[in-house]
Order: sequence, then structure tokens, then C-alpha cells
Amino acid sequence: MHRFLLAVLRRDLTLAARRRGDWLIAQFFFVMVASLFPLGVGPEPEMLARIGPGVLWVAATLASLLSLSRLFADDHHDGSLEHMVLSPEPTVLLVLGKAMAHWLIYGIPVLLIAPVLGIQFNLSWDAILVLEFSLLLGTPILSLLGSVGAALTLGLRGGGVLLTLLILPLYVPALIFGAGAVDGAMMGTGAEAHLSLLGAFMVLSLMISPWIAAAALRISLE
Amino acid sequence: MIIAGILARPSISVAMPAPLLSVHDLACARGERLLFKAMNFSLHAGELLLVQGGNGQGKTSLLRLLTGLARPETGEVHWRGEAIRRVSEAYHAEMCYLGHANGVKDDLDPVENLRFSDGLQGRAFDRTRAVATLEQLGLSRCLDLPCRVLSFGQRRRVALAALLLAGATLWILDEPLTGLDVHAVALMEGLIRDHLTAGGMVVATTHQALNLEGVSVQRLLVGNVAIPELV
Repeated sequence: MHRFLLAVLRRDLTLAARRRGDWLIAQFFFVMVASLFPLGVGPEPEMLARIGPGVLWVAATLASLLSLSRLFADDHHDGSLEHMVLSPEPTVLLVLGKAMAHWLIYGIPVLLIAPVLGIQFNLSWDAILVLEFSLLLGTPILSLLGSVGAALTLGLRGGGVLLTLLILPLYVPALIFGAGAVDGAMMGTGAEAHLSLLGAFMVLSLMISPWIAAAALRISLE
Repeated sequence: MIIAGILARPSISVAMPAPLLSVHDLACARGERLLFKAMNFSLHAGELLLVQGGNGQGKTSLLRLLTGLARPETGEVHWRGEAIRRVSEAYHAEMCYLGHANGVKDDLDPVENLRFSDGLQGRAFDRTRAVATLEQLGLSRCLDLPCRVLSFGQRRRVALAALLLAGATLWILDEPLTGLDVHAVALMEGLIRDHLTAGGMVVATTHQALNLEGVSVQRLLVGNVAIPELV
């Protein structure tokens, strides 16, 4: 069972290493969106620190959507998805492995870039630390819920746009608690409550979304 | 009304063991259109089922029902006497499907492709055996090239190598000869014959003539378009 999960992970990571352009685009998008805000709203440090957490969280959300539409689409196109679904191992593990690989490829770079962007938004070190922690808990949610949307919209024309419309509302709790935690740290009201709720939401999506995504995948392949 | 029927069927004696694969009262619809209904057949170890029919008559749909990728309108596919949806994990361990798409990743070379297909089937990877199989299929010069630069026929051969390495009892092959040259077709005929002799089973669709002497062949006509005999 864990061998299958490892095989899915290793396969997706190898493929990502062969096609670096694909995931670099999402990271550039993250940086670009976050960098446009200071240019648009003006350079006042207080204002930037006020909107910083929300902007970074929204940018991370949009960047993950950019890559999610292809989570299953490439494998569907060349037929390897059918082979994987027809393997003796449960489809739930396949979906979980692919969501984990997605997090490693898109979530980890976001975690690495976010502190730099945080400095750009004049966030204090405490706030950056909380931002990192909220992204650590929150980006797996984006990958897990996103896998449901990717499975549902598989093979549809214009699936990418539909995926965005389907999944963005589900991201709202992660966005509220994630940005709220950083706000709390800056306002002095504490980040623990928001981070706890974010953690609970992550555990919930980890338990539920692979099953829904696996069912959606089977329907999409029929 | 479109009705599927079996053209030729070996006589089943009482002493014969129970069929491994059997289909009961199967019906398939795509959208509003009924492709076939009331389809019954059974397949024993060492038998080949050749699914024939014109384009768009439901051959691929039938194969997808047999793999479990699609659900039938009515009826049931049974493997060793159990409905495949109930024993899907055991069934998928013994079945290997090769569809229109090869399932070959363009960014990986043939050996890597086989390594991942082995890993995804939960088997340990044997590199020597994988290389030997690829060489048997005439790919010895392309072992370290990404599949992107291989021709269509060569990629098909990589997919066939994965099929051979899977070691499955039941092969479900959708147009396995598409894109293959005469040598590869002859090789494929030999592989199918060996597989059947070793007690394996094959369900295949093809529009090409196959030379399969000494093999027990059932033929199944899907749809209502008459097809000249190929075997």
C-alpha cells in the first residue's frame, strides 16, 4: 500500500523535474500577483502591512488553481490515468498520492517564496513566522480540495475555468483562517485560534477529499 | 434493434471447468443510444475472444465494461464467478488493459516507463527483465531516449512491453496492432499464442487479419454490420 503511494509520488516528482517550466509558471504567477498590489495601492508601509497577509494568501490560492487543472489531465490524455485507476490498489491512494505530489511541487516553493514577499509587504518577523505556519497548514488544503475539482472537471472543455468556479468557494475557509491568523498576530489578539481551525480544516479535507476525488475520477473516466 | 450474438463458439462439455470470465445479460448505452443488449458469453483459460464490429458499434465500450472502467446499463461481468465490482482489486491484479492511448509518458524513457508501471501495479521492478522485454520487442536502440522522440509504433511497443511484464492472466486489448509494422504484428501473434498456451486469456478487438493457428478462438459480433472473417 505505501509502496503504491511512494510510486505515485516518485512518478509525479520525476515528471515535474523533467518539465520544470510547468511548475515555475505557477511560482512566477504567485510572485507577480503579490507584487502588483504594492504598485496598485501605493507604497505606504502601514497600508501594505495591513493588506499583506490577505494578498499573499489570495495569490497563493490563485497560483495553486493555475496548476491544478492539469493534475489529472496530462495522465488522462496519454492513457496512463486509466492504467493507474485499473491498478489493484485503491483509487483513493492514487488521488492522495497525486495531491501530495502537487503539494510538494507547488506548496513547498510557495512556503519558500512567501517570507521574501512578506518583507516586501513590510510584515514583522513574528507576522512572517505566523504566515509561514498558516501556509504550511493551508497549502495542503488547496492541493486536497483542488484534487476534487480536478477530478470533477476532467475531460471537460474549458475545465480550467469551471474548476476555478467550483473550487474557489471551498477555499474560502482556508483563506479566512489563514489570513486571519497573520492579522491576529499583528493586532496582538493571537493567532492560535485561527491556526487551530485551519489545522482542523486540513485534517478534515485530508480525511474526506481523497474519497470524493476518487469517486469523481471514476465518474469522469466512464 | 441492435443485437449482439456469438458467431462461433466451442462446444462446452460438462467436464469443462467453470469459465474465468463470464458476461451475463450485458447492455451498454452511450447517451441515449443503446449500443447492445442481452449479451452473454464466457471465456475459459487458454481462449481468445475476438470482438468484431464496424466503427462506432460499441467494441471499445464493451472492452471498457469488461475492465470495470465503465458500468453497464444492465447485466454483470463476472471474474471467477464473482461480479468484478465486488472483487475489483483481485480482478485488476489479474487483468491488464491496453486501450487506444498507450499510457506511455513522453518525458520518460522506455525503461523508466516500465519501472513506474511496475510500481503502480504494486510489483518490484526487475530492470534486467524489463530491458530484455524491450529488446525482445525491438527497442534495444531506444532504451535511453525519451518516449517523446519515439515513433507511434515504437511507443506502442513500449506499451506492449508493459503488458508482458504485468504478468496478467487476462489481457484486454483494444486494437493492439494499430501502428505496428509486419514484424511487430508477427511478434504480437506469437506473444498472444504463447500467452494462450500458458493458460492465459485474451479479449481483443482488431480490424486486421491475425494468424492464430492452433488457438481456440471465439468470435463476438457487436452491432449489426457484417464483418468478413479475419482469422
